[in-house]
Amino acid sequence: MTDPLQVPYRERERSVTMEPVDEERLHDELFTINIGPHHPATHGVLRLLTTLEGEIVRDVKPIIGYVHTGIEKSCEDQQYWKAITFVERMDYLVYYFNAMAFCMAVERLLEEEVPPRAQYIRVLHLELNRIASHLFWIATGALDIGAVTMLWWGCRDRDLVLDLFEMSGGQRMHTRYFQVGGVMEDLPPGFEAKTREFVRVMPQRLDQYLSLLDRNEIWLQRTKGTGVVPVERLLELGVTGPLLRAAGHPWDLRKATPYSSYDQFDFDVPVGTVGDNYDRFRVRIEEMRESLRIIEQALDGLPEGPWITRNRKVALPPRHELATSMEALIHHFKLVTEGFRVPPGETYAAVESPRGELGCFVLADGSSKPARVHVRDPSFVNLQALPDMARGGLIADFIASVAMLDPILGGVDR
Amino acid sequence: MPDATGLELIAQRVRDSVSAEAVTRAAFHREEATLEVAPAAVHDALAYLRDAGEEPWPHLMSLHGCDYLPEEPRLGVHYQLLSMERADRLNVKTRLGVEDPRLRSVVDLYPTADFQEREVYDMFGVIFEGHPDLRRILMPEDYEGFPQRRDFPMGGEPVLFTFNEAEYPRWYD
Amino acid sequence: MTRTKLPDDLRVRQLRAQQLLRGQLEGEDLEQEVEKRLLFTRFEEAQNWARKNALFPLGFGLACCGIEMITVIGSPRNDLSRFGAEVVRFSPRQADLLIISGRVATKMAPIVRRLYDQMLEPKWVISMGACASSAGMFNNYAVVAGCDKFLPVDVYVPGCPPRPEALIYSINKLQDKIMGNPGMGWRERYKAQGTEESA
Repeated sequence: MTDPLQVPYRERERSVTMEPVDEERLHDELFTINIGPHHPATHGVLRLLTTLEGEIVRDVKPIIGYVHTGIEKSCEDQQYWKAITFVERMDYLVYYFNAMAFCMAVERLLEEEVPPRAQYIRVLHLELNRIASHLFWIATGALDIGAVTMLWWGCRDRDLVLDLFEMSGGQRMHTRYFQVGGVMEDLPPGFEAKTREFVRVMPQRLDQYLSLLDRNEIWLQRTKGTGVVPVERLLELGVTGPLLRAAGHPWDLRKATPYSSYDQFDFDVPVGTVGDNYDRFRVRIEEMRESLRIIEQALDGLPEGPWITRNRKVALPPRHELATSMEALIHHFKLVTEGFRVPPGETYAAVESPRGELGCFVLADGSSKPARVHVRDPSFVNLQALPDMARGGLIADFIASVAMLDPILGGVDR
Repeated sequence: MPDATGLELIAQRVRDSVSAEAVTRAAFHREEATLEVAPAAVHDALAYLRDAGEEPWPHLMSLHGCDYLPEEPRLGVHYQLLSMERADRLNVKTRLGVEDPRLRSVVDLYPTADFQEREVYDMFGVIFEGHPDLRRILMPEDYEGFPQRRDFPMGGEPVLFTFNEAEYPRWYD
Repeated sequence: MTRTKLPDDLRVRQLRAQQLLRGQLEGEDLEQEVEKRLLFTRFEEAQNWARKNALFPLGFGLACCGIEMITVIGSPRNDLSRFGAEVVRFSPRQADLLIISGRVATKMAPIVRRLYDQMLEPKWVISMGACASSAGMFNNYAVVAGCDKFLPVDVYVPGCPPRPEALIYSINKLQDKIMGNPGMGWRERYKAQGTEESA
């Protein structure tokens, strides 16, 4: 009888109790359980059919569709600027990115230029949203793995970001701030000071998180070496975002195909080496730091000018013009009742969301309502990598992989 | 994005390697290159493009469907290809009629198409031959109808105003 | 040293208390004094008071409102444990408050119903957000128009998503309802008693 304490940790496949389980008995015990749509992991309604052999996962089948809202079909019935509110609610943590992809696609169809001030404001809000999304990810991901303190800390700092969103957009979530042609309103007074305060405070908070998790033996044992998928397989599966970067492949749309003046900012893209859960965790924390750099540069270099395009056929005229100018009144009326018409065409625009490549396909048929809106959601495609991450590992590692994969079921199901 | 001439070259190469009728149209619209391919030749065209010698397109970013209702053929399936080396995108599309929408599945070329083809089947009814597990992914398994086609009704409840609320009984009546 | 003049009723109360303690009160005076000083309760009231101050929400977030719900439970700023409802239980057998936070898709509706059936009495349901109360903005084939189509709901919270303070207010209203005096809300302000749609 072997002393259980002498068995090395990761190589155990036998039971730790008195007798070792012999090989034959181990192999005929395949047990399928259903980690149902309601489960203690807080990532949304994902159903996983797990085939287990003891504690080892042999196969995983994700079943989705439990929050399918038919957003894409609903968008076909709405005007373009009303469809922004629908598209925002797909991947419900990164509402600005959803709106950005849609607005970029429509602006490309209209051949509309976005003024530079609007581009900088968009970048500012996108990076703030990236930080908010990663904070929520670390809050709930660490909660899944067991580090409950991170829930309080992550939500505390996310509240700071939501305060900033409330200042500029009026709501904490789903602000409808991005419009086709720019942003809805200029930054309010006091926004810059508050954002600078946030940027000043945040790096030491990130160091606090690292001091809690990064040297924690339990955290390291659970995340190091678990959930590894080779880079070629990830590329075959279409995985993008921090998962791909953690495996060593430096693909970031902000650097490769810069959009909305990202090429004027100086930032790095953190890339991991092994591609296990620990690398994914570190990549996202470092991405938060880089986002803080981008926010600071955006505030420093914010150009003057209009915050939405001056083209009255696309954007509402300012209210004070309605009292004096007849054309402004007519434009306002047409835009509010019917909406702007987009010439026929189809296009696909992609942005780099905190989960990967978020693309929006818009088919326009010349009327004021889109004929087809499809969002290529990163979580939908990244979920296909889950069986590869899980096979052969223990079920506890599987839960850690789900936490580090960061699926958002609103985007998966749309 | 390959520009218009580059697109013509790609179209010619696909015609040479697959078949003369493979590429029906090559359009360059709003700086986006679209190659329209006949439905029977989709798999071969994508196989050629994936391994195409000096300019391969090894990644499929998005596979989505579309319903061009007033125009025939009605259904369209789009393949958004990406080349990370050259930071380049190419859109390959094919049009199908709604009577017999069958396409050969590209899961063997691009494993990422697994969930995405199931979604196109679920929403539009396009049957992908050779797909390992073609069943509904977003709607319940026994759902009938293909929701995202343009002639499928939007569904939902009627909004009650005073002029029509008498016609719709409430749940407590 | 001058003493500040005490108000008259306080002086009277002090004298009565003195007499009670010395045993100098008889009959009706005694009964009145004792009533003022003892906290009478019935078992149901004490039970309801205990239940309302120790709600166990079921950890169940569906969509964007679920994020705000986690913010309410988990954020130090809007902190639900001041009202006693911080203990989130993930098993429906151990929870008594179901917060439907998010849009209910047709595929998910039977599962939510099963969760509700698995909860033990007494149980309450808060329908959080516009999508759970009515269809919200998604009036289409895929969303059940309001979770009250298959569940009895106690409190509805409007908003898309509702602010955390709104959710906390709704839990306060639920606590009032548990105690047995549900507020009439606007019906009280506009004297509209009797306009309720269901009994």
